[in-house]
Amino acid sequence: MLLKKLTEAIGVSGGEHEVRSVIVKEITDKVDHMYIDKIGNIIAYKKGNKNPNKRVMLSAHMDEVGLIVVNIEDSGLIKFKSVGGIDPRVLLSKIVYIGENFISGVIGTKAIHLQEIEERKKALKIKDLYIDIGTSNKEETENLINIGDYIAFNSKYIEFGNNLIKAKALDDRVGCAILIEMLDKEYDFSLYTIFTVQEEVGLRGAKVAAFHVNPDIALVVEGTTCSDVPGTESHEYATRLGEGPAISIMDAASYSDKDIAKTLYQIGIDNNIPVQYKKTTFGGNDSGAIHLTKEGIRTGAISIPCRYIHSPSSVMNKNDYYNCIKIINLFLEKIEGEDFHGFHG
Amino acid sequence: MLIENILEKLSNVSGVSGSEIKASSLIDEIFKKTCDKVKIDALGNIIALKSGNNRTNNRKIMIAAHMDEIGLMVKNIDKSGFLQFINVGGIDERTLLAQEVIVHGKNDIFGIIGAKPPHLQKKEEQNKSTRMEDLYIDIGLSEKDARKQISIGDFITINRSFTYLKGKSVSGKALDNRAGIAAIIQCMKELKYIKHYLDVYFVATVQEEVGLRGATTSSFNIIPDIGIAIDVGHGRTPDLAKEDTIELGKGPAIALGANIHPKIYKRLVDIAKEYNIPYQIEVNPSSSGTDAWAIQVTQSGVPTGLLSIPLRYMHTSVELANINDIKLTGRLLALFIASINDTDLEEWLCY
Amino acid sequence: MDFMDNDKVLLLDKLLNTFGPSGNEEDVSKIIEKEIESHVDEIHRDAMGNLIAFKKGKGKKIMISAHMDEIGLIITHIDQNGFLRFSNIGGVSHSLSNGQRVQFKNGTIGFISNEHLDEKEDLKLEKLFIDIGVSNKEEAENKVSIGDVVSFYGPLVINNNRGFSKAMDNRISCFVLIEIIKRIKNNNNNIYFVFTVQEELGIRGAKTSAYRINPDLGIAVDVTKTGDTPKAQLMEVSLGNGPAIKILDASIICHPKVKELLISTAIEFNIPYQLEVLEKGGTDAGAIHLTRDGIPTGAVSIPTRYIHSPGEMVDFEDVKNAIQLLIKFLEKEIN
Repeated sequence: MLLKKLTEAIGVSGGEHEVRSVIVKEITDKVDHMYIDKIGNIIAYKKGNKNPNKRVMLSAHMDEVGLIVVNIEDSGLIKFKSVGGIDPRVLLSKIVYIGENFISGVIGTKAIHLQEIEERKKALKIKDLYIDIGTSNKEETENLINIGDYIAFNSKYIEFGNNLIKAKALDDRVGCAILIEMLDKEYDFSLYTIFTVQEEVGLRGAKVAAFHVNPDIALVVEGTTCSDVPGTESHEYATRLGEGPAISIMDAASYSDKDIAKTLYQIGIDNNIPVQYKKTTFGGNDSGAIHLTKEGIRTGAISIPCRYIHSPSSVMNKNDYYNCIKIINLFLEKIEGEDFHGFHG
Repeated sequence: MLIENILEKLSNVSGVSGSEIKASSLIDEIFKKTCDKVKIDALGNIIALKSGNNRTNNRKIMIAAHMDEIGLMVKNIDKSGFLQFINVGGIDERTLLAQEVIVHGKNDIFGIIGAKPPHLQKKEEQNKSTRMEDLYIDIGLSEKDARKQISIGDFITINRSFTYLKGKSVSGKALDNRAGIAAIIQCMKELKYIKHYLDVYFVATVQEEVGLRGATTSSFNIIPDIGIAIDVGHGRTPDLAKEDTIELGKGPAIALGANIHPKIYKRLVDIAKEYNIPYQIEVNPSSSGTDAWAIQVTQSGVPTGLLSIPLRYMHTSVELANINDIKLTGRLLALFIASINDTDLEEWLCY
Repeated sequence: MDFMDNDKVLLLDKLLNTFGPSGNEEDVSKIIEKEIESHVDEIHRDAMGNLIAFKKGKGKKIMISAHMDEIGLIITHIDQNGFLRFSNIGGVSHSLSNGQRVQFKNGTIGFISNEHLDEKEDLKLEKLFIDIGVSNKEEAENKVSIGDVVSFYGPLVINNNRGFSKAMDNRISCFVLIEIIKRIKNNNNNIYFVFTVQEELGIRGAKTSAYRINPDLGIAVDVTKTGDTPKAQLMEVSLGNGPAIKILDASIICHPKVKELLISTAIEFNIPYQLEVLEKGGTDAGAIHLTRDGIPTGAVSIPTRYIHSPGEMVDFEDVKNAIQLLIKFLEKEIN
């Protein structure tokens, strides 16, 4: 299953090799041309049947948040830092894979019996944590692990509840999966799908890929925050699970193109497909980098709501996935048909 | 001239971000001795080309070290002739009290940074470090005379002379990043005797401390095939964690992480091992905080690397470095450049 | 009050009143276009909405910009009782928002108030809401939608030679540019007058328009704060002492030659000026100077009190002198 393969693959920002090979394998036969650029983005191209000069770009990022080895102690225990934004509190008591040989390790912590009462209430910081791979000293560890090795969560893809999926890295393997499905069809216009690197550390890959492609219009497909859980006010939910893909209006990195946002939403309404707006404005995604490329690119973003995003156990609803694909399909059809307002800049 | 003497001149000259002119003239003069073409771009970056032997390929490597230093700027001249100032780049405001400064107005004017005397302060005030807003510079002139020599916007540097300490250690202001410039100059020296095919663009960048600005525009101009930044990294002292620091005297640190192309990292390590150059590893999970971060996302992307020179007490006026580390950084760089002669760049750097 | 005659007051009032928070500058750009179209050689709107007007000349390419957008709020949620929740567009402080009137593009006006709080320090934007005087969600949805944007309400008031209003930041600079376009003669340079979008969200419009134009020199016209109010943070700029020539702000250290040319122009034509050192805050100049392989850029600022409030105040003498300074600067042969 595509999403299982993608989420279980490893690809922390800066070390996306495994997930990149998985995606390359999936799309090689579906595209006319594909290449990997100077910082590791996959740029794939399907030539348009009727209007090859009309250029549409879909974008999803391959990288996930994770950790990186920074030091090996004399005891053999491993010190690490985070890559991308991770709340240190989700790290306690988890299993991880380290490096290209996927060495297993655990992020342990002091047993509760041995903690002082005040300790139990304080959150630990990353510099207080370490990973244990079962070795007894520095040399043993150094035989297996290098400084700079990437560390990813060990978290299997599981379907549960009412049509729900739990996996790591739904942000943004879900976007990658959707892009791959889009490549099954043929289009009048030329379609570029970019699978970017290093979004989580600053929208880096997208900046470079968009400069190269410079499309007429771009749509980013993301996994986004969904906080419809106890302890949050309804106006703080950002999105709600199961209520359809979320259309971005504005976030810290970009103000979505108004026509694109409205059109996506209206397509949902007109065709009875569940759809929602993303209601919070913090955070950012690759559209932040894409829309300011060269002379400016009209860009929008559509996202799958994910609870517990940036943790080993992020959760999404399958229906949101299928509905997102439906809406994007109709959107692309619309672009084909009309001279999309202002399309030619 | 010995590298330590060059570094002494580089450290003593003033060149705050946005006003690098004096440092720039000195560096320009030195670059012209070894490079074929030297030009200065719109923002003030010095771009010096040392052409490679193999002219048909025209592959370019950009080596960048920022020449600007952190400093201060005059914000206000008050009725009694005291100057209020703001930060340019990240000076640690705790290090300013009782410092001697030079205000670069029509002439260089000597001044002292002062604050309310301790016996007039409340008890709680004494335990807090003084904020920049409460500090002022005393140049010993009336407002009228001050305004004749000094304007709003004049730059200010700490009055510090370069000092030779024991061993191969040296201390001075602005070693961040005149040490990097010195390393580049060392590289230029070594390249005189090594055959290299790549066209090498040595760039002394401006305004790194206020946002990697010079690197952004100069790399757009050059569009290199490879970009290497030389900067300083946090030198270890007992109060700092191992994972955040690198050791003085143990050679340059080769950086690793999202900002660095993994093959460039590996080649630098291999060259260091092959030529017995001591080296260390520095992990940057995301941004390296150096010109390399700007260079990497220029146009359609540039494979980047970074070498860090260990430096204690960064962003103070007593920054401390080891001359050997600087020499070795220059040497490693030169050997790296030469090692690319027979390398097919596309194949090597391919993901 | 010789400078601000009736026509000018009407124009400024129209500019200030027109709805235009970041990302929603269309109406402002239409009004500006109408004012200037007969005075320029070409007009063009780009993909982001920047309005680019070109006056042909024989020398270097100069880009002079003023951003059209104002700060505002964006509606993110409509609750069951018809109250609206929002997020900020640009630098909006909770203290300056609470108790303010706001207006939608369609004319609906609302009032901002806050949830009850135990500690006054807990006040933040998430604890505020807008009341548009309806009883339930349905009634609210008849007038407004999620994603709608509001500007603050603060009509222009003129006393002697000073005026205050919402959106002086940065419609006063758009006004300045319009006046320059109408009055400038002797075209020694090819001048691009750019009315940019989304400056308040991160100097975004300036990035893409500067990339397109790729000028030899850039000037941004914006507002800057003053140090002349009771117990103000130290700053040398004050109302009435002339336009401020920028030395530095958080986004740019102005090119010394451009700065010096502005200063010498002011001295040559006896125009009062001040020097501006701004610790926080940025302008379009920050984006322009880092475009492509670098562009020598400077900035001229209109001293303004109470920036990012509905009562931003300027002195029209400064405005007059800013126009004068820039006209003389742009008429010079730049090299």
